[in-house]
Amino acid sequence: MREFKVSLPLTKEEVKKYEIGDVLYLTGYLYTARDAAHKRFEALAAEGKPLPVDLTNQTIFYAGPCPAKPGRTMGSIAPTTSMRMDGFVRMTFEQGMVAMIGKGDRSDEVARLCKEYGGVYLLSIGGASAMISNQVKSCEVVAYEDLGTESVKKLYVENLRVIVGIDTKGQVFQKREIEKYRDFQEG
Amino acid sequence: MRKMNTEQLIPEIRELAMKACYELDDNVVNAFRDALQREKSEYSRQTLELLIENAEYAKKEQIPCCHDTGVCVVILEIGQEIAWEGMPLFDAVNEGVRQGYRDGYLRKSVVKDPLERVNTGDNTPAVLHTEIVPGDKVTITVMPKGGGSENMGAFTTLVPGEGPEGVKRFVMETIRHAGGKTCPPIIVGVGVGGTMDYCTWIAKKALLRPIGQRHPKPLYAKLEEELLEDINKTGIGTLGMGGTVTALDVHVEYYPCHITALPVAVNLQCHASRHASKTI
Repeated sequence: MREFKVSLPLTKEEVKKYEIGDVLYLTGYLYTARDAAHKRFEALAAEGKPLPVDLTNQTIFYAGPCPAKPGRTMGSIAPTTSMRMDGFVRMTFEQGMVAMIGKGDRSDEVARLCKEYGGVYLLSIGGASAMISNQVKSCEVVAYEDLGTESVKKLYVENLRVIVGIDTKGQVFQKREIEKYRDFQEG
Repeated sequence: MRKMNTEQLIPEIRELAMKACYELDDNVVNAFRDALQREKSEYSRQTLELLIENAEYAKKEQIPCCHDTGVCVVILEIGQEIAWEGMPLFDAVNEGVRQGYRDGYLRKSVVKDPLERVNTGDNTPAVLHTEIVPGDKVTITVMPKGGGSENMGAFTTLVPGEGPEGVKRFVMETIRHAGGKTCPPIIVGVGVGGTMDYCTWIAKKALLRPIGQRHPKPLYAKLEEELLEDINKTGIGTLGMGGTVTALDVHVEYYPCHITALPVAVNLQCHASRHASKTI
Protein backbone atom coordinates (compact mmCIF):
# COMPACT_ATOMS: atom_id res chain seq x y z
CA MET A 1 0.00 0.00 0.00
CA ARG A 2 1.27 3.47 -0.94
CA GLU A 3 1.62 6.05 1.80
CA PHE A 4 1.81 9.85 1.47
CA LYS A 5 2.26 12.79 3.82
CA VAL A 6 -0.25 15.40 2.72
CA SER A 7 -0.65 19.07 3.63
CA LEU A 8 -4.07 20.68 3.82
CA PRO A 9 -5.64 22.46 2.06
CA LEU A 10 -5.55 20.10 -0.91
CA THR A 11 -6.00 21.16 -4.51
CA LYS A 12 -7.80 19.44 -7.35
CA GLU A 13 -4.47 19.10 -9.11
CA GLU A 14 -2.92 17.30 -6.17
CA VAL A 15 -5.74 14.88 -5.40
CA LYS A 16 -5.57 13.50 -8.95
CA LYS A 17 -2.42 11.57 -8.04
CA TYR A 18 -4.03 9.58 -5.24
CA GLU A 19 -5.67 6.26 -5.95
CA ILE A 20 -8.01 4.06 -3.98
CA GLY A 21 -6.22 2.19 -1.20
CA ASP A 22 -3.54 4.86 -0.77
CA VAL A 23 -2.93 5.81 2.85
CA LEU A 24 -2.68 9.56 3.44
CA TYR A 25 -1.45 11.30 6.59
CA LEU A 26 -3.16 14.68 6.60
CA THR A 27 -1.73 17.75 8.31
CA GLY A 28 -3.45 21.14 8.33
CA TYR A 29 -6.88 22.70 8.76
CA LEU A 30 -10.18 21.08 7.89
CA TYR A 31 -13.83 21.56 8.84
CA THR A 32 -16.29 19.27 10.54
CA ALA A 33 -19.87 19.23 9.26
CA ARG A 34 -22.54 16.57 9.39
CA ASP A 35 -26.29 16.21 8.87
CA ALA A 36 -27.66 19.37 10.47
CA ALA A 37 -24.89 21.70 9.21
CA HIS A 38 -25.21 20.32 5.67
CA LYS A 39 -28.92 21.02 5.75
CA ARG A 40 -28.22 24.65 6.62
CA PHE A 41 -25.48 24.88 3.97
CA GLU A 42 -27.94 23.63 1.40
CA ALA A 43 -30.58 26.18 2.35
CA LEU A 44 -28.02 29.00 1.95
CA ALA A 45 -26.66 27.62 -1.32
CA ALA A 46 -30.19 27.33 -2.73
CA GLU A 47 -30.68 31.06 -2.11
CA GLY A 48 -27.30 31.87 -3.61
CA LYS A 49 -26.02 33.12 -0.25
CA PRO A 50 -22.46 32.47 0.97
CA LEU A 51 -21.85 29.65 3.44
CA PRO A 52 -20.42 30.55 6.87
CA VAL A 53 -17.11 29.01 5.75
CA ASP A 54 -15.53 29.17 2.32
CA LEU A 55 -15.24 25.57 1.11
CA THR A 56 -12.84 26.30 -1.76
CA ASN A 57 -10.19 23.54 -1.72
CA GLN A 58 -11.41 22.45 1.70
CA THR A 59 -11.83 19.07 3.31
CA ILE A 60 -15.01 18.25 5.24
CA PHE A 61 -14.77 15.73 8.05
CA TYR A 62 -18.17 14.14 8.73
CA ALA A 63 -17.79 14.08 12.49
CA GLY A 64 -19.45 15.13 15.72
CA PRO A 65 -17.03 14.85 18.63
CA CYS A 66 -17.54 14.37 22.36
CA PRO A 67 -16.82 17.39 24.57
CA ALA A 68 -13.14 17.53 25.57
CA LYS A 69 -12.32 16.54 29.13
CA PRO A 70 -10.44 19.23 31.06
CA GLY A 71 -6.76 19.04 30.11
CA ARG A 72 -7.42 17.58 26.66
CA THR A 73 -7.47 19.52 23.38
CA MET A 74 -10.09 17.36 21.76
CA GLY A 75 -12.84 15.03 22.85
CA SER A 76 -13.16 11.61 21.25
CA ILE A 77 -13.72 12.02 17.52
CA ALA A 78 -14.10 9.74 14.51
CA PRO A 79 -16.12 9.77 11.29
CA THR A 80 -19.85 9.23 11.14
CA THR A 81 -21.69 7.24 8.45
CA SER A 82 -21.11 9.17 5.21
CA MET A 83 -24.11 7.78 3.37
CA ARG A 84 -26.40 10.25 5.12
CA MET A 85 -24.54 13.10 3.43
CA ASP A 86 -24.75 11.59 -0.08
CA GLY A 87 -27.51 13.97 -1.11
CA PHE A 88 -25.36 16.99 -0.22
CA VAL A 89 -22.22 16.01 -2.13
CA ARG A 90 -23.02 17.84 -5.36
CA MET A 91 -23.79 21.02 -3.41
CA THR A 92 -20.55 20.88 -1.41
CA PHE A 93 -18.51 20.14 -4.55
CA GLU A 94 -20.21 23.14 -6.19
CA GLN A 95 -19.02 25.19 -3.22
CA GLY A 96 -15.42 24.18 -3.93
CA MET A 97 -14.88 21.24 -1.56
CA VAL A 98 -12.12 18.86 -2.67
CA ALA A 99 -12.27 16.03 -0.12
CA MET A 100 -14.67 14.42 2.33
CA ILE A 101 -13.66 12.23 5.25
CA GLY A 102 -16.12 9.69 6.59
CA LYS A 103 -16.81 6.01 7.03
CA GLY A 104 -18.79 3.39 5.17
CA ASP A 105 -19.84 2.88 1.60
CA ARG A 106 -21.72 5.45 -0.41
CA SER A 107 -24.17 5.56 -3.30
CA ASP A 108 -22.88 5.08 -6.85
CA GLU A 109 -23.85 8.70 -7.41
CA VAL A 110 -21.07 9.86 -5.08
CA ALA A 111 -18.48 7.98 -7.14
CA ARG A 112 -19.82 9.66 -10.29
CA LEU A 113 -19.64 13.07 -8.59
CA CYS A 114 -16.03 12.49 -7.46
CA LYS A 115 -15.15 11.85 -11.11
CA GLU A 116 -17.19 14.80 -12.37
CA TYR A 117 -15.78 17.32 -9.89
CA GLY A 118 -12.32 15.82 -9.42
CA GLY A 119 -12.78 15.26 -5.69
CA VAL A 120 -12.05 12.39 -3.34
CA TYR A 121 -13.75 10.48 -0.52
CA LEU A 122 -11.38 9.51 2.27
CA LEU A 123 -11.99 6.80 4.88
CA SER A 124 -11.12 7.29 8.51
CA ILE A 125 -11.74 4.61 11.12
CA GLY A 126 -15.19 4.66 12.70
CA GLY A 127 -15.04 4.17 16.45
CA ALA A 128 -11.27 4.65 16.84
CA SER A 129 -12.32 7.90 18.46
CA ALA A 130 -10.00 8.01 21.49
CA MET A 131 -6.90 7.50 19.32
CA ILE A 132 -8.01 9.89 16.57
CA SER A 133 -8.56 12.67 19.14
CA ASN A 134 -4.77 12.72 19.60
CA GLN A 135 -4.34 13.75 15.96
CA VAL A 136 -6.32 16.96 16.54
CA LYS A 137 -4.17 19.82 17.79
CA SER A 138 -6.75 22.64 17.84
CA CYS A 139 -10.51 22.97 17.63
CA GLU A 140 -12.61 26.09 17.15
CA VAL A 141 -16.36 26.33 16.57
CA VAL A 142 -16.80 28.53 13.50
CA ALA A 143 -20.54 28.22 12.80
CA TYR A 144 -23.84 26.95 14.17
CA GLU A 145 -22.81 26.71 17.81
CA ASP A 146 -26.46 25.98 18.66
CA LEU A 147 -26.08 22.56 17.04
CA GLY A 148 -23.79 21.35 19.82
CA THR A 149 -21.77 18.39 18.59
CA GLU A 150 -23.09 19.06 15.07
CA SER A 151 -21.68 22.60 14.88
CA VAL A 152 -19.09 23.43 12.21
CA LYS A 153 -15.63 23.22 13.73
CA LYS A 154 -12.27 24.17 12.31
CA LEU A 155 -9.71 21.56 13.33
CA TYR A 156 -5.97 21.51 12.95
CA VAL A 157 -5.00 17.89 12.43
CA GLU A 158 -1.55 16.38 12.44
CA ASN A 159 -0.92 13.12 10.60
CA LEU A 160 -4.57 12.16 10.48
CA ARG A 161 -4.49 8.74 8.80
CA VAL A 162 -7.06 8.18 6.05
CA ILE A 163 -7.45 5.69 3.19
CA VAL A 164 -8.58 6.85 -0.25
CA GLY A 165 -12.09 5.37 -0.59
CA ILE A 166 -13.15 6.98 -3.88
CA ASP A 167 -10.62 8.59 -6.20
CA THR A 168 -11.01 11.16 -8.97
CA LYS A 169 -11.51 8.39 -11.51
CA GLY A 170 -14.60 7.32 -9.55
CA GLN A 171 -13.06 4.03 -8.45
CA VAL A 172 -14.41 2.62 -5.15
CA PHE A 173 -11.97 1.03 -2.71
CA GLN A 174 -14.47 -0.97 -0.69
CA LYS A 175 -16.04 -2.55 -3.78
CA ARG A 176 -12.63 -3.75 -4.94
CA GLU A 177 -11.61 -5.09 -1.51
CA ILE A 178 -14.89 -6.79 -0.61
CA GLU A 179 -14.79 -8.60 -3.95
CA LYS A 180 -11.33 -9.95 -3.06
CA TYR A 181 -12.49 -11.48 0.22
CA ARG A 182 -15.96 -12.71 -0.74
CA ASP A 183 -16.03 -16.52 -0.32
CA PHE A 184 -12.32 -16.33 0.48
CA GLN A 185 -10.41 -19.61 0.23
CA GLU A 186 -6.95 -20.18 1.63
CA GLY A 187 -4.10 -20.53 -0.85
CA MET B 1 -40.71 -6.27 51.09
CA ARG B 2 -37.48 -4.36 50.61
CA LYS B 3 -37.91 -0.61 50.54
CA MET B 4 -35.85 1.26 47.99
CA ASN B 5 -35.74 4.90 47.00
CA THR B 6 -35.63 5.53 43.27
CA GLU B 7 -32.93 8.14 43.89
CA GLN B 8 -30.53 5.29 44.71
CA LEU B 9 -30.48 4.59 40.98
CA ILE B 10 -29.11 8.01 40.02
CA PRO B 11 -25.44 7.64 41.04
CA GLU B 12 -25.38 4.04 39.83
CA ILE B 13 -26.61 4.93 36.34
CA ARG B 14 -24.26 7.92 36.25
CA GLU B 15 -21.28 5.65 36.93
CA LEU B 16 -22.41 2.85 34.61
CA ALA B 17 -22.90 5.25 31.68
CA MET B 18 -19.32 6.50 32.02
CA LYS B 19 -17.85 3.05 32.57
CA ALA B 20 -19.67 1.63 29.57
CA CYS B 21 -18.41 4.41 27.29
CA TYR B 22 -14.81 4.36 28.56
CA GLU B 23 -14.17 0.64 28.96
CA LEU B 24 -14.84 -2.06 26.42
CA ASP B 25 -14.90 -5.28 28.41
CA ASP B 26 -12.30 -8.03 27.96
CA ASN B 27 -14.78 -10.21 26.14
CA VAL B 28 -14.96 -7.66 23.30
CA VAL B 29 -11.25 -6.77 23.20
CA ASN B 30 -10.28 -10.45 23.22
CA ALA B 31 -12.68 -10.97 20.31
CA PHE B 32 -10.73 -8.26 18.41
CA ARG B 33 -7.52 -10.16 19.17
CA ASP B 34 -9.03 -13.41 17.88
CA ALA B 35 -10.27 -11.61 14.77
CA LEU B 36 -6.77 -10.26 14.17
CA GLN B 37 -5.46 -13.83 14.03
CA ARG B 38 -8.07 -14.89 11.48
CA GLU B 39 -8.22 -11.76 9.31
CA LYS B 40 -6.59 -12.02 5.87
CA SER B 41 -6.81 -8.40 4.72
CA GLU B 42 -3.88 -6.18 5.57
CA TYR B 43 -6.15 -3.09 5.72
CA SER B 44 -8.53 -4.82 8.11
CA ARG B 45 -5.68 -6.17 10.26
CA GLN B 46 -4.24 -2.68 10.63
CA THR B 47 -7.67 -1.41 11.63
CA LEU B 48 -8.16 -4.18 14.20
CA GLU B 49 -4.79 -3.33 15.72
CA LEU B 50 -5.90 0.29 15.97
CA LEU B 51 -9.18 -0.73 17.62
CA ILE B 52 -7.32 -2.77 20.25
CA GLU B 53 -5.00 0.15 20.93
CA ASN B 54 -7.99 2.50 21.00
CA ALA B 55 -9.81 0.38 23.59
CA GLU B 56 -6.74 0.19 25.84
CA TYR B 57 -6.05 3.92 25.52
CA ALA B 58 -9.66 4.95 26.21
CA LYS B 59 -9.74 2.82 29.35
CA LYS B 60 -6.42 4.18 30.60
CA GLU B 61 -7.37 7.81 29.93
CA GLN B 62 -11.02 7.31 30.98
CA ILE B 63 -12.36 8.86 27.79
CA PRO B 64 -15.02 7.53 25.40
CA CYS B 65 -13.66 4.77 23.16
CA CYS B 66 -16.19 5.88 20.54
CA HIS B 67 -17.43 9.44 20.10
CA ASP B 68 -20.96 8.23 19.43
CA THR B 69 -22.02 7.61 22.98
CA GLY B 70 -25.44 6.91 21.61
CA VAL B 71 -28.94 6.77 22.89
CA CYS B 72 -28.70 5.51 26.45
CA VAL B 73 -30.62 2.25 26.70
CA VAL B 74 -31.27 1.38 30.35
CA ILE B 75 -32.57 -2.01 31.38
CA LEU B 76 -33.86 -2.48 34.92
CA GLU B 77 -34.58 -5.99 36.15
CA ILE B 78 -36.57 -5.21 39.25
CA GLY B 79 -37.20 -7.76 41.95
CA GLN B 80 -40.90 -8.09 42.68
CA GLU B 81 -40.28 -7.85 46.44
CA ILE B 82 -39.16 -4.22 46.17
CA ALA B 83 -41.45 -1.39 47.25
CA TRP B 84 -40.35 1.88 45.69
CA GLU B 85 -40.48 5.33 47.20
CA GLY B 86 -39.10 8.66 46.01
CA MET B 87 -39.28 10.44 42.67
CA PRO B 88 -40.85 8.76 39.63
CA LEU B 89 -38.62 5.91 38.45
CA PHE B 90 -38.30 7.27 34.89
CA ASP B 91 -37.20 10.68 36.23
CA ALA B 92 -34.53 9.02 38.39
CA VAL B 93 -33.22 7.05 35.43
CA ASN B 94 -33.03 10.20 33.32
CA GLU B 95 -31.26 12.10 36.09
CA GLY B 96 -28.63 9.36 36.20
CA VAL B 97 -28.19 9.57 32.43
CA ARG B 98 -28.06 13.37 32.55
CA GLN B 99 -25.34 13.35 35.20
CA GLY B 100 -23.35 10.59 33.54
CA TYR B 101 -23.31 12.28 30.14
CA ARG B 102 -22.55 15.70 31.65
CA ASP B 103 -19.87 14.66 34.13
CA GLY B 104 -18.37 12.03 31.82
CA TYR B 105 -17.97 14.43 28.86
CA LEU B 106 -20.04 12.09 26.74
CA ARG B 107 -21.63 13.25 23.51
CA LYS B 108 -25.21 14.48 23.61
CA SER B 109 -26.83 12.74 20.68
CA VAL B 110 -30.57 12.89 21.33
CA VAL B 111 -33.07 15.21 19.62
CA LYS B 112 -36.29 16.05 21.40
CA ASP B 113 -38.55 15.43 18.44
CA PRO B 114 -37.64 13.23 15.47
CA LEU B 115 -39.10 15.74 12.99
CA GLU B 116 -38.25 19.06 14.68
CA ARG B 117 -34.74 17.81 15.56
CA VAL B 118 -33.59 20.05 18.39
CA ASN B 119 -30.95 18.46 20.63
CA THR B 120 -32.12 17.93 24.22
CA GLY B 121 -28.63 18.93 25.37
CA ASP B 122 -28.26 16.27 28.06
CA ASN B 123 -28.80 12.99 26.18
CA THR B 124 -32.11 12.37 27.91
CA PRO B 125 -34.54 10.76 27.70
CA ALA B 126 -33.16 7.27 28.07
CA VAL B 127 -34.84 4.34 26.39
CA LEU B 128 -35.95 2.44 29.48
CA HIS B 129 -36.90 -1.22 29.61
CA THR B 130 -38.17 -2.65 32.88
CA GLU B 131 -38.70 -6.27 33.70
CA ILE B 132 -40.19 -7.58 36.91
CA VAL B 133 -38.25 -10.60 38.16
CA PRO B 134 -38.28 -12.73 41.32
CA GLY B 135 -36.32 -11.53 44.35
CA ASP B 136 -35.54 -8.22 46.06
CA LYS B 137 -32.60 -6.92 43.99
CA VAL B 138 -32.36 -4.56 41.04
CA THR B 139 -29.99 -5.26 38.17
CA ILE B 140 -29.18 -2.15 36.18
CA THR B 141 -27.73 -2.45 32.69
CA VAL B 142 -26.65 0.64 30.80
CA MET B 143 -26.15 0.11 27.08
CA PRO B 144 -25.17 3.21 25.09
CA LYS B 145 -26.22 2.42 21.51
CA GLY B 146 -24.60 4.27 18.63
CA GLY B 147 -26.53 5.42 15.58
CA GLY B 148 -24.51 3.83 12.79
CA SER B 149 -25.30 0.26 13.72
CA GLU B 150 -28.76 0.86 15.19
CA ASN B 151 -29.86 2.54 11.96
CA MET B 152 -29.25 -0.61 9.91
CA GLY B 153 -31.45 -2.94 11.96
CA ALA B 154 -34.51 -4.49 10.33
CA PHE B 155 -37.72 -6.35 11.06
CA THR B 156 -39.97 -8.56 8.98
CA THR B 157 -42.66 -11.16 9.46
CA LEU B 158 -42.07 -14.28 7.43
CA VAL B 159 -44.65 -16.96 6.81
CA PRO B 160 -44.12 -19.94 9.13
CA GLY B 161 -43.27 -22.28 6.22
CA GLU B 162 -40.12 -20.30 5.46
CA GLY B 163 -38.51 -21.69 8.63
CA PRO B 164 -34.83 -21.42 9.49
CA GLU B 165 -33.84 -20.87 5.83
CA GLY B 166 -36.15 -17.85 5.68
CA VAL B 167 -34.63 -16.47 8.86
CA LYS B 168 -31.14 -16.88 7.42
CA ARG B 169 -32.11 -15.24 4.14
CA PHE B 170 -33.53 -12.18 5.92
CA VAL B 171 -30.53 -11.83 8.23
CA MET B 172 -28.13 -12.08 5.28
CA GLU B 173 -30.09 -9.49 3.26
CA THR B 174 -29.89 -7.15 6.24
CA ILE B 175 -26.14 -7.67 6.66
CA ARG B 176 -25.36 -7.20 2.96
CA HIS B 177 -27.44 -4.04 2.82
CA ALA B 178 -25.70 -2.68 5.93
CA GLY B 179 -22.23 -3.34 4.49
CA GLY B 180 -19.58 -1.26 6.21
CA LYS B 181 -22.02 1.32 7.56
CA THR B 182 -22.48 -0.50 10.87
CA CYS B 183 -18.78 -0.32 11.84
CA PRO B 184 -17.87 -4.02 11.57
CA PRO B 185 -16.72 -6.32 13.02
CA ILE B 186 -20.26 -6.45 14.35
CA ILE B 187 -22.27 -8.52 16.76
CA VAL B 188 -25.56 -9.64 15.25
CA GLY B 189 -28.59 -9.92 17.51
CA VAL B 190 -31.51 -11.83 16.02
CA GLY B 191 -34.96 -12.11 17.55
CA VAL B 192 -37.26 -14.85 16.29
CA GLY B 193 -40.92 -15.05 17.29
CA GLY B 194 -43.01 -13.08 19.76
CA THR B 195 -44.94 -10.07 18.51
CA MET B 196 -43.43 -7.24 16.46
CA ASP B 197 -42.45 -5.23 19.55
CA TYR B 198 -41.20 -8.20 21.56
CA CYS B 199 -39.23 -9.62 18.65
CA THR B 200 -37.16 -6.43 18.30
CA TRP B 201 -36.62 -6.34 22.07
CA ILE B 202 -35.18 -9.88 22.25
CA ALA B 203 -32.97 -9.05 19.25
CA LYS B 204 -31.52 -6.17 21.26
CA LYS B 205 -31.14 -8.25 24.42
CA ALA B 206 -29.29 -10.88 22.38
CA LEU B 207 -26.47 -8.34 21.96
CA LEU B 208 -25.76 -8.51 25.69
CA ARG B 209 -24.86 -12.19 25.62
CA PRO B 210 -21.05 -12.64 25.79
CA ILE B 211 -19.27 -13.22 22.49
CA GLY B 212 -18.52 -16.90 22.04
CA GLN B 213 -21.50 -18.17 24.05
CA ARG B 214 -23.94 -20.29 22.08
CA HIS B 215 -27.69 -20.60 22.53
CA PRO B 216 -28.47 -23.57 24.82
CA LYS B 217 -30.98 -25.02 22.36
CA PRO B 218 -29.13 -26.91 19.56
CA LEU B 219 -31.47 -25.69 16.81
CA TYR B 220 -30.59 -22.08 17.59
CA ALA B 221 -26.92 -22.78 18.31
CA LYS B 222 -26.67 -24.31 14.83
CA LEU B 223 -28.44 -21.33 13.29
CA GLU B 224 -25.95 -19.01 15.01
CA GLU B 225 -22.96 -20.95 13.73
CA GLU B 226 -24.26 -21.15 10.17
CA LEU B 227 -25.07 -17.46 10.09
CA LEU B 228 -21.67 -16.52 11.49
CA GLU B 229 -19.96 -18.51 8.78
CA ASP B 230 -22.12 -17.01 6.01
CA ILE B 231 -21.63 -13.45 7.32
CA ASN B 232 -17.87 -13.87 7.39
CA LYS B 233 -17.98 -15.05 3.77
CA THR B 234 -19.52 -11.76 2.59
CA GLY B 235 -16.06 -10.20 2.43
CA ILE B 236 -17.27 -6.95 4.06
CA GLY B 237 -14.46 -6.96 6.65
CA THR B 238 -13.52 -4.42 9.30
CA LEU B 239 -15.26 -1.09 8.66
CA GLY B 240 -16.35 -2.47 5.29
CA MET B 241 -12.85 -2.30 3.86
CA GLY B 242 -12.82 -5.93 2.81
CA GLY B 243 -11.79 -8.92 4.85
CA THR B 244 -12.57 -12.31 6.28
CA VAL B 245 -13.99 -11.17 9.64
CA THR B 246 -17.24 -9.21 9.40
CA ALA B 247 -18.99 -10.45 12.55
CA LEU B 248 -17.54 -11.35 15.93
CA ASP B 249 -20.62 -13.39 16.77
CA VAL B 250 -24.30 -14.02 16.08
CA HIS B 251 -26.76 -14.41 18.93
CA VAL B 252 -30.29 -15.62 18.29
CA GLU B 253 -33.07 -15.48 20.88
CA TYR B 254 -36.58 -16.84 20.37
CA TYR B 255 -40.01 -16.51 21.94
CA PRO B 256 -43.28 -18.38 21.31
CA CYS B 257 -45.45 -16.76 18.65
CA HIS B 258 -48.79 -16.87 16.84
CA ILE B 259 -49.64 -19.81 14.59
CA THR B 260 -49.68 -17.53 11.54
CA ALA B 261 -46.40 -15.75 12.13
CA LEU B 262 -42.64 -16.03 11.98
CA PRO B 263 -41.39 -12.60 13.10
CA VAL B 264 -37.67 -11.89 12.67
CA ALA B 265 -35.76 -8.86 13.94
CA VAL B 266 -32.11 -8.03 13.41
CA ASN B 267 -30.37 -5.61 15.76
CA LEU B 268 -26.78 -4.84 14.87
CA GLN B 269 -24.02 -3.86 17.27
CA CYS B 270 -20.93 -2.05 16.05
CA HIS B 271 -17.48 -3.09 17.27
CA ALA B 272 -17.79 -0.62 20.16
CA SER B 273 -20.05 -3.01 22.06
CA ARG B 274 -20.64 -1.06 25.23
CA HIS B 275 -22.62 -2.15 28.23
CA ALA B 276 -22.14 -2.13 31.98
CA SER B 277 -24.25 -3.77 34.67
CA LYS B 278 -24.58 -3.75 38.43
CA THR B 279 -26.89 -5.46 40.89
CA ILE B 280 -27.94 -3.56 44.01
